[in-house]
Amino acid sequence: MSAVPAPTTATGPLAGTRTLLYKEVLRFWKVSFQTVAAPVLTAVLYLMIFGHVLEDHVKVHGVSYTSFLIPGLVMMSVLQNAFANSSSSLIQSKITGNLVFLLVAPLSHWAWFLAYVGASVVRGCVVGCGVLLVTAWFAPLHLANIGWVLAFAVMGAAMMGALGLVAGLWAEKFDQIAAFQNFIVMPMTFLSGVFYSVHSLPPLAYTISRLNPFFYMIDGFRHGFFGVSDVDPWTSLAVVATTLAIVCALCLRLLRIGYKIRH
Amino acid sequence: MPAISFQNVGKTYTGARGAVHALDDVSFDIQPGEFFGLLGPNGAGKTTLISILAGLARATHGRVSVLGHDVVADYAAARRSLGIVPQELVFDPFFTVREALRIQGGYFGVRDNDAWIDELLANLGLADKANANMRQLSGGMKRRVLVAQALVHRPPVIVLDEPTAGVDVELRQTLWQFIARLNKEGHTVLLTTHYLEEAEALCSRLAMLKQGRVVALDRTSALLAGTASTMLRFKMDQALPASLVAQSRVTGRIVQITAHDAAEVEQILGVLRQAGCQPEDLEIGRADLEDVFLEIMSGASAPMALEAAR
Repeated sequence: MSAVPAPTTATGPLAGTRTLLYKEVLRFWKVSFQTVAAPVLTAVLYLMIFGHVLEDHVKVHGVSYTSFLIPGLVMMSVLQNAFANSSSSLIQSKITGNLVFLLVAPLSHWAWFLAYVGASVVRGCVVGCGVLLVTAWFAPLHLANIGWVLAFAVMGAAMMGALGLVAGLWAEKFDQIAAFQNFIVMPMTFLSGVFYSVHSLPPLAYTISRLNPFFYMIDGFRHGFFGVSDVDPWTSLAVVATTLAIVCALCLRLLRIGYKIRH
Repeated sequence: MPAISFQNVGKTYTGARGAVHALDDVSFDIQPGEFFGLLGPNGAGKTTLISILAGLARATHGRVSVLGHDVVADYAAARRSLGIVPQELVFDPFFTVREALRIQGGYFGVRDNDAWIDELLANLGLADKANANMRQLSGGMKRRVLVAQALVHRPPVIVLDEPTAGVDVELRQTLWQFIARLNKEGHTVLLTTHYLEEAEALCSRLAMLKQGRVVALDRTSALLAGTASTMLRFKMDQALPASLVAQSRVTGRIVQITAHDAAEVEQILGVLRQAGCQPEDLEIGRADLEDVFLEIMSGASAPMALEAAR
């Protein structure tokens, strides 16, 4: 036993981050039929049904309804899957008890944060690319500025990954995560202008939509494709960056005190 | 410098039913290279103490350190020095055995560790399961993987929290041979177990916990010698005389009575004769750790055991 040479050992506050990120990515990739293929199929179904019904009746920002819908569906998939990745991974580990493998390791709260949020960004972007690749067959899509597309996709996914981590830390049962998803994430994404321009809404609904940070993520992302949007993309970027900073600060604070994971 | 040091450790859980004192001012040290046993009935606080050591729980007061590293202030160094085998049979169903071990090592910053992983797999009888998914393993095999995961970063201090609960004889033998070998090579071992014969065979020193307090702390041999050292065992159909009930343990027809010396044995036999009892298969033997444990837990010799510890 002692004949085995000592391995390379890294120390420091971010030691282990790479492994935890790798493990989190490997976890969803091993069940990619469920974690990647299924959400791509869902988005395609939305596009086929809504696009078929409304294509001949609605034009938004001067583009066909199907073209308008595609970036919204891509971003909605990015956001929902980023949230699902961190929240479901953490709650599964808590309930099955295998979180102990992480808790006994010398991982800092930054290591947890970067790995879980990083894996959420990867899953969100993989699903988003999948949706884009499949739906792009249904309508012509112009890419005005890839910088906006990447910035909103990555920041939105990071925000949802961090929010999923907060939900996973808080929840003690699967149904609490489902409630978080069904009563907060789903309504906020559906009411964010994925399927419509907020300018078509009545004044009250328009005002409420302007308070929804998801609206700015989708609007800014869409700007990257069409070069036009409901609000200025820099305003959207500022709102998304502020929301991201607040959620990340909360998440890091909960991880640092071991909220509901170290008793 | 002690391998593990508990200083005035207390833990209070506050719930809807009020405060529960799981640990009350627990203090003792475990020296490098020791094979140390932590015993106590269910709910005595053993797992809480180990959870605080591992960073799974936080002490309400007191200080715990591993090789001089405080488990809170210097948690990374403390955890790198510790290998914990948890009590619960937990596993990550997404990975194979080798993946699980590589990942666990990676959390500790260890890379290029396959030579040591192969050695662990061979020593724990897991070599042919390296590429099996964790879900496909039997309970005993999963337990072996837990041990391998705890050792994958080569910690100098190994903590085993009831590692042989519900495990077959073969695994116990494999596990104890391997852990004893690691101990001989200089690793410190802290063991909690309900199998007192294991503790008696393996541990050079013991602490016994009862209701969150240390009630005995000494070398195993001193604990065995310091309490009632003789055990009278027999089978009997009649009721025991009332004067013997307090010092007896009755399991069906089997009666066990502790005695300090031959004179006390004679006195017990005299009481039985006078009461007209007819004991069968009478044996007189040395008390084992189970007898010591029961005696201490009943409160009979707790002060003496602690006195010996000082």
